[in-house]
Amino acid sequence: MMKQQSNKRTIVLGLILIAVMALLSVAAEALAGSVSGLSMLLVVLKKGTVYALLAVSMNLLNGFTGLFSLGQAGFMLLGAYTYAILAIPVAKRAGVFQYYDGGVVQFSIPEIFSGFLGDVVGSVIGMLLTLVLCGLLAALLGWLIGLPSLRLKSDYLAIATLGFAEILRTFIQFEGSAPLTNGSNTLRQYTTFQHLYPYVIIVGVCILLIVLLVNSTYGRAFKAIRDDEIAAEAMGINLARHKMLSFVISSFFAGVGGGLMAMYMSSVQAKGFTSAMTYEILLMVVIGGIGSISGSVIASFLFIGCSEWWLRFLDDSSNNIGSFQLLAPGFRMVVFSVFIMVIVLFFRRGLLGDRELPDLARRMKKSFRKEGKHK
Amino acid sequence: MDQFFQTALSWLLPGISVGGQYALIALGYTMVYGILRLINFAHGDIFTVAGFVMFYAITAMPLGAAVLFTIAVTVLLGFLVERLAYKPLRSAPRMSVMISAIGVSYLLQNLMWYITGGQPQQYPSLPWISDWINVGGIETKRVTVITPILTIVLIVLLLLLVKKTRVGLAMRAASRDFETARLMGIKINTVISVTFIIGSFLAAVGSFLFFSNYATVSPTVGTMPGLKAFIAAVFGGIGSIPGAVVGGFIIGICENIIRGAGYSTFSDAFTFALLILVLCVKPTGLFGEKLEEKV
Repeated sequence: MMKQQSNKRTIVLGLILIAVMALLSVAAEALAGSVSGLSMLLVVLKKGTVYALLAVSMNLLNGFTGLFSLGQAGFMLLGAYTYAILAIPVAKRAGVFQYYDGGVVQFSIPEIFSGFLGDVVGSVIGMLLTLVLCGLLAALLGWLIGLPSLRLKSDYLAIATLGFAEILRTFIQFEGSAPLTNGSNTLRQYTTFQHLYPYVIIVGVCILLIVLLVNSTYGRAFKAIRDDEIAAEAMGINLARHKMLSFVISSFFAGVGGGLMAMYMSSVQAKGFTSAMTYEILLMVVIGGIGSISGSVIASFLFIGCSEWWLRFLDDSSNNIGSFQLLAPGFRMVVFSVFIMVIVLFFRRGLLGDRELPDLARRMKKSFRKEGKHK
Repeated sequence: MDQFFQTALSWLLPGISVGGQYALIALGYTMVYGILRLINFAHGDIFTVAGFVMFYAITAMPLGAAVLFTIAVTVLLGFLVERLAYKPLRSAPRMSVMISAIGVSYLLQNLMWYITGGQPQQYPSLPWISDWINVGGIETKRVTVITPILTIVLIVLLLLLVKKTRVGLAMRAASRDFETARLMGIKINTVISVTFIIGSFLAAVGSFLFFSNYATVSPTVGTMPGLKAFIAAVFGGIGSIPGAVVGGFIIGICENIIRGAGYSTFSDAFTFALLILVLCVKPTGLFGEKLEEKV
């Protein structure tokens, strides 16, 4: 009974938070449009939102279940391609698949739905369903990959999942699958969300689902596996089943994140989904704190903000003082990676460690009260 | 028959050559893994740095000096990376060290991008080893033939070092049981530094041979050979020196046979598929020892 109530509370609070965030994002969009110099704000918020979901989905696996997987880019690639292929309007297919007679897929899910539900409602429902499909396909792939590789221990699992991601990329770029995937050419002109708030709402709902999962008995089993596999097994937790569950769910959200990423970038090419992308997301998780969902969210906005916006001045060689030409394109990323190394080496627990923002707030309140009593 | 021999040779020769280069890089992975149980993700980038240093050094000094300078810089880099990024985490969980390795790799790639402006550079053509020669009717660079010979020589020297010297004994002790080795008075930090120095030296030699064949250096060029060399090390049994060499040669040859058969898109995928197969069927690799998990 207690449990149900707290779940209900999480859901209500979460939904309110998502609504507030969506309103704020509408305001931010208006602000970025009207004030000059703030044009980067929208880019950072959009990209940061998408990466927040990717980081949280990776944290579910690496931080909460203790499975060190580096296959994130592969699931994102599958999600991004699924979305792009299924959402290109039929009329534009001949142009996109110009070398392959318009490709083999001759329908567009958003168009099918807008056919009988009206233009706006139909295409939104179609796009959402396509995103779910991205997740389902990625989850299926996760299940297939999990069958052999979840038996492996820590770093072997990492390198095996990395390998699977690379294999998937090869198959997508392969000439033989080009009528479906457009080979090594870009996919573009698919339907996307123009505004920021749909991203915020979708990502918010996904993260809320992950929070509910982490707080459930499954979540506690995941943490038990992370802390001590043998003890968890002795307590009656089915290791194989729970590891697979965590892996498949994480893949699902990585797939949805990949679909959102395709939307945000408005053109995708398999070439970009390398292991470097996985590493970036892993670094976000580390900066935020391994095992903290709110930490991952904050870290992804900070990460994207630093790499895209706030450190930009370091790349501009006209900002150099004196004759020493230190500032030049690329210097931003050097400073940024030194930052990251400092966090990795000296603040190993990241921003929040394994705590969440509400925990911190509660603790501060408590210590506040204590101080009050002393007086 | 003659025709068949020609085709076979034209596939095998580059395979053996690339295999030797993988083997040299793989040794760096396998030795570090043997002692620290760490996949040194930065090793492939150290290999790339060696390529860039050679590119700049050759414009400023004669060939011999440039080679020595490159080796010195690479070795120093390997040493510094260990001291600054891995040593502070010696008592941390293994995942933290691996994340640190990924961070170093990210840093080195960004640093190279900044210094070189991100443009792929033409690797200098080294005299003698870049000359074209004729082997059994096949035109190839001399480096193709030199690589396997040099690889074997270096590995024999390395085996002598590991089996016959005091440092080698300390290395073997550390890889068998880190804590006990420490209690027996082995200076574990020195041993680890020596391991990184040897690994970086071999990576520098590998880079001379690799880039003589491939000719362009870019900040991310080392990632793939690095991963493949790691796979070679896993395939041969991680921690085992002969294993890394055999793994390197097998992967190099298989890749070139696949390329020769016209499926070059799949040569990378094949290597990863091989890795997954090995991990599932025999996780200890060809020559690896069984590691016992302690409760």
